[in-house]
Amino acid sequence: MNILCAGINHHIAPVDVRERLAVANHEIGEVLRRVKAIDGLTEAVVVSTCNRVEFYAASICPERALDGIRGYLEARTGMQAPLYHHDTPRSIRHLFRVASGLDSMVLGETEILGQVKQAYAVAADAGATSRTLNRLFQNAFRVAKSVRTETRITRGATSVGAVAVELAGKIFGDLNHRRVMILGAGETSERTARSLVSRGVKTVIVSNRTFDRAAALAAEIGGMAIHFDHWQNEFPDVDILISSTAAPHPVVTRERLEPMMRQRAGRPLFIIDLAVPRDVEPSVNRLEGVFLYDIDSLQEIASRSLAVRQREIEHCERIIDSQVTDFIGWLRRAQHSLAHS
Amino acid sequence: MERYWLVAASFCFLLSFGHTLFALGSGTFRPGRFNLAAMAVGFAFETVFLFQRGHLVGACPITNLFEVLVFLSWSIVLIYLIVGPAYRLSLMGAFTSPLVLALLLLALFSPVDATAVRILHNPWVEFHAALSIIAYGAFGLAAIAGVMYLVQERQLKSHRVSELLFNLPPITDLGAVNGRLLATGFILLTVAFGAGLAADLRVTNLKTGASVFIWALYGALLVVERLRFVPPRRIAAGSVIIFVVALLTLPSVSHLPVE
Repeated sequence: MNILCAGINHHIAPVDVRERLAVANHEIGEVLRRVKAIDGLTEAVVVSTCNRVEFYAASICPERALDGIRGYLEARTGMQAPLYHHDTPRSIRHLFRVASGLDSMVLGETEILGQVKQAYAVAADAGATSRTLNRLFQNAFRVAKSVRTETRITRGATSVGAVAVELAGKIFGDLNHRRVMILGAGETSERTARSLVSRGVKTVIVSNRTFDRAAALAAEIGGMAIHFDHWQNEFPDVDILISSTAAPHPVVTRERLEPMMRQRAGRPLFIIDLAVPRDVEPSVNRLEGVFLYDIDSLQEIASRSLAVRQREIEHCERIIDSQVTDFIGWLRRAQHSLAHS
Repeated sequence: MERYWLVAASFCFLLSFGHTLFALGSGTFRPGRFNLAAMAVGFAFETVFLFQRGHLVGACPITNLFEVLVFLSWSIVLIYLIVGPAYRLSLMGAFTSPLVLALLLLALFSPVDATAVRILHNPWVEFHAALSIIAYGAFGLAAIAGVMYLVQERQLKSHRVSELLFNLPPITDLGAVNGRLLATGFILLTVAFGAGLAADLRVTNLKTGASVFIWALYGALLVVERLRFVPPRRIAAGSVIIFVVALLTLPSVSHLPVE
């Protein structure tokens, strides 16, 4: 029995190709039924995410199975997709790397493991998997867990928004009741605010020199817009300030902030200064309870986290290699016992 | 023979501390049950020692400085075992283990296990003394939460991203736990003083002065914490400093004979 993997991902195909091949949740049952009907193919799992569409199949004749998958996809999408394909043992290794987040756009991200688990569960429920793929996917989940716990591949955040969310968590813990203020509705501040909202922040106040822009952003992220002249009135209740105005001079100075901090009764304040030139005087970081991060410090943390993750790749690959060897051993033993039964 | 229980307990605390240090150093630290289990086993050994010693002296085993140090170490671990899992405070065990280990080693290697300085036969006096030391245990753990707060605050202020930053709890949580432990310790100490008054306990002026001084310091710290007169960082620092002072006055409080 061979294990075949065929698909496209963000390394080889742009989004306009990936979106044509993508399989929506409600289509997966039908796609699995069609793929399983391909001659020489006995088991199948379809993994479809925003960055990849991959078919895993157990087959006694991988060439025929690959031709069948190609033909089916061409008929389905009306185009010849630039599929990559791997046979045993590279297909096994590929799945282990995918599940572990080593093949992801953001190295070490963990969302992919949930997506692979979901894809396997759907295929198993549809009766599209049997002994070989069941064992393969269970092993993949174990490998991903080992990689995550035995290495630092998931360590730290690797984007400015994710770093900001991580730091907010280290200051406030639960973000559910925290109030965020955006000063200056820039693209990065918007992304950062969205990251914070995704982690539970309920109240976002947007203030911009152009009120319409503030109102538009507030409407998009479910916040509240205020006039730029009034931001200081709302400030005492704010926990996180994201600043990215185009002002040539600091908007938040130590002199201005010091009396405001006294009204906060010891509550910490996390300031994310994304503006260049900076909106917040660096000396503000010396105030009690104020944690100021500018764009450089956030990017530096993200870069360091990425560097840590990259240094871990070798360690991850060693874990994966050893698990691939174990799985091939099992596959051979399974084939041997099948031949002699 | 009974001292072997303390050696075994020390080994458990050392194991807990060493395991965390190694895991942090190698970047593989995960909040798990190992620390909690090692601390719980160490606590069990200490309990066995205190039980045997209690039988031997025929009273609560706080009759000399040696026993007081062991009892204090036991109290800190007791409070940790209650607070640690409840608040899911990652790394608190790692910060607690060196303190309790130091107290045990001090007890084991200092010539303080003399004959009983005082024998407590009045149950109110026994209750007063035992509860006072448990209150010190709560203050000890408040000091540990304070140290963790200061370390985490320093990491966040200096933009230093290390294993510690990732594994220490959020500073807001540490500040809250610090405040709750201070309140717990203060209530216990106040009740213990009440028990002392109920027992009509007569002690030296130095002992009374030292005890009231520590009680007043913690009371003042608690008031400014509750009224938010000072930032949480200063409360954290205050809880560490006052606990050090309390430890220094411990011999005078526990070792001076009852008049």
